[in-house]
Amino acid sequence: MGLILETRDLTKRFGAFQAVSNVNLKVEQGAIHALIGPNGAGKTTTFNLLTKFLQPTSGQILFNGRDITSAQPQDLPKAGIVRSFQISAVFGEMTVAQNVRVALQRQLKIALQFWRPLSSLSQLNDKADSLLEAVGLRDFRSIKAKELSYGRKRALEIATTLAMDPELLLLDEPTSGLGHEDVDRIAALIQSFAKTRTLLMVEHNLSVVSSLCDRITVLTRGSILVEGNYNTVSRDPAVIEAYLGTGHA
Amino acid sequence: MTTIDIKQQPVARLEWEKVALVILLALALIAPSFVYPLFLVRILTFVLFASAYNLIFGYAGLLGFGHAAFFGLASYAVAQSAKTLPITPEIAILFGVFVSAAMGVVFGWLAIRRQGLYFAMITLALAQIVYFFFAQVEWAHGEDGIQSVPRGHFLGLIDLSDNMVMYYFVLGVFLIGFLFLLRVIASPYGEVLKAVRDNEARAISLGYDANAIKLIAFTISAGLAGLAGGLNALSFQLASLSDVHYLLSAEVILMVLIGGAATTIGPVLGAVVVVAMQNYFAPFGAWVLVFQGVIFVVCVLTMRNGIVGVIDMLAKAWVDKSGKAY
Repeated sequence: MGLILETRDLTKRFGAFQAVSNVNLKVEQGAIHALIGPNGAGKTTTFNLLTKFLQPTSGQILFNGRDITSAQPQDLPKAGIVRSFQISAVFGEMTVAQNVRVALQRQLKIALQFWRPLSSLSQLNDKADSLLEAVGLRDFRSIKAKELSYGRKRALEIATTLAMDPELLLLDEPTSGLGHEDVDRIAALIQSFAKTRTLLMVEHNLSVVSSLCDRITVLTRGSILVEGNYNTVSRDPAVIEAYLGTGHA
Repeated sequence: MTTIDIKQQPVARLEWEKVALVILLALALIAPSFVYPLFLVRILTFVLFASAYNLIFGYAGLLGFGHAAFFGLASYAVAQSAKTLPITPEIAILFGVFVSAAMGVVFGWLAIRRQGLYFAMITLALAQIVYFFFAQVEWAHGEDGIQSVPRGHFLGLIDLSDNMVMYYFVLGVFLIGFLFLLRVIASPYGEVLKAVRDNEARAISLGYDANAIKLIAFTISAGLAGLAGGLNALSFQLASLSDVHYLLSAEVILMVLIGGAATTIGPVLGAVVVVAMQNYFAPFGAWVLVFQGVIFVVCVLTMRNGIVGVIDMLAKAWVDKSGKAY
């Protein structure tokens, strides 16, 4: 299978500090790929570079062989890339159903027409409901999103992301801050939609990574340390050292 | 939970809000028989102004601190064009809306690049430029303003010099502006606007150009503020520096906060309260500002979302008590 996402010598400097240096990441089509590493390894910076929320100092980002290095963040969904956020990102004052619908709406020609009535969006209601059904939020559709529990906000965010029907999903710590039950639920959701899509996630929860991910890239100090499947990576002495310090190697 | 139609909000507000708007409209139709028409005109123009401001403050989450610039610019544009050009009043007002909206594009384009306090400061600075422009240019006549502006004949046919006729003309134009605003809020675009307000980064990640969306709201808001300013100038036959003064910019924020931001009826109630207060407390002179300040502080401290928040609470209590399900 081909590469869906590739970076070439991706580098980001903040003043004198080199947060990401010469990262050559290769994500294969259909994979669930994890980006892990200790605190300050440059995971979040790399993630923000890939999602275009930051501009790289140098290097290239290719999506399906196409150079997207200078794309704007709002252009990515059109290309087929959608990101999620570490702090669950919902539209708090809108209802659960409206949250999903506003994502579905983008594909319509009338998305930004301020002279059309709201009823012109009713055509999306069924689709919104089926997405909410899929993440178990159907019963909460008329509640304001800010009133949902943390785990349900995460589920709503996933439903909203799925509404974009992306080819590549970039997830920023999808299980952070969740309780045990919610972690399992979200992990199952991720697994089910990864069947037809490619996923790249930054994740701290190693048990989630070990059970879900085909391929793992370990970052330390802004560079790639090791890449491989969970067994290779978890036995690598350099990784153990990076995570636990030299004493445990 | 039962399934509720997606158009409905879970709060009881939509129900009473609609009823209240219809009652207010009925009142507006018969009110000039009991109340001085020009006082009602003042209320209508400020309701429109506050509602226009609410579009950026309540629905786009932008704390603009210079909205008087749009009100005042149209005020001067309408006054000067009606006075010096052979045009009918509706053309003069359209001209006012156009210049305000055009300035809205420019000011908005400059200001929306910054957020929060910086946005407020930029809009204030730009509005001050407009103020000093009108304080300086000769044709605006400084402190005197442009006086005895002719109201003219609507469509060249109906003489507006009678206050009663003028009132119904203003009411008609007001309704066009207000209903347009309601449509913008409840449109596909309105949904995206609320999404950008609630979480800008997320809206961008869904493929929306947040700055463009805010700029559209800012422009519409500026144009409608201009509509209010133009109507005001024509009715009172005067455009003066108080129309572009920063105190007016502060007043419109006050109206929206007292009434309830991000609701359709909040700015209406807020504007009525503030204008009525200024009118009936006028004999107290400068004390009006003290009263205004006290009421403002009390409102902010005790009400979560202005008058609307209080009515919401009462409506909810009533619904819970009567067991009526929404």
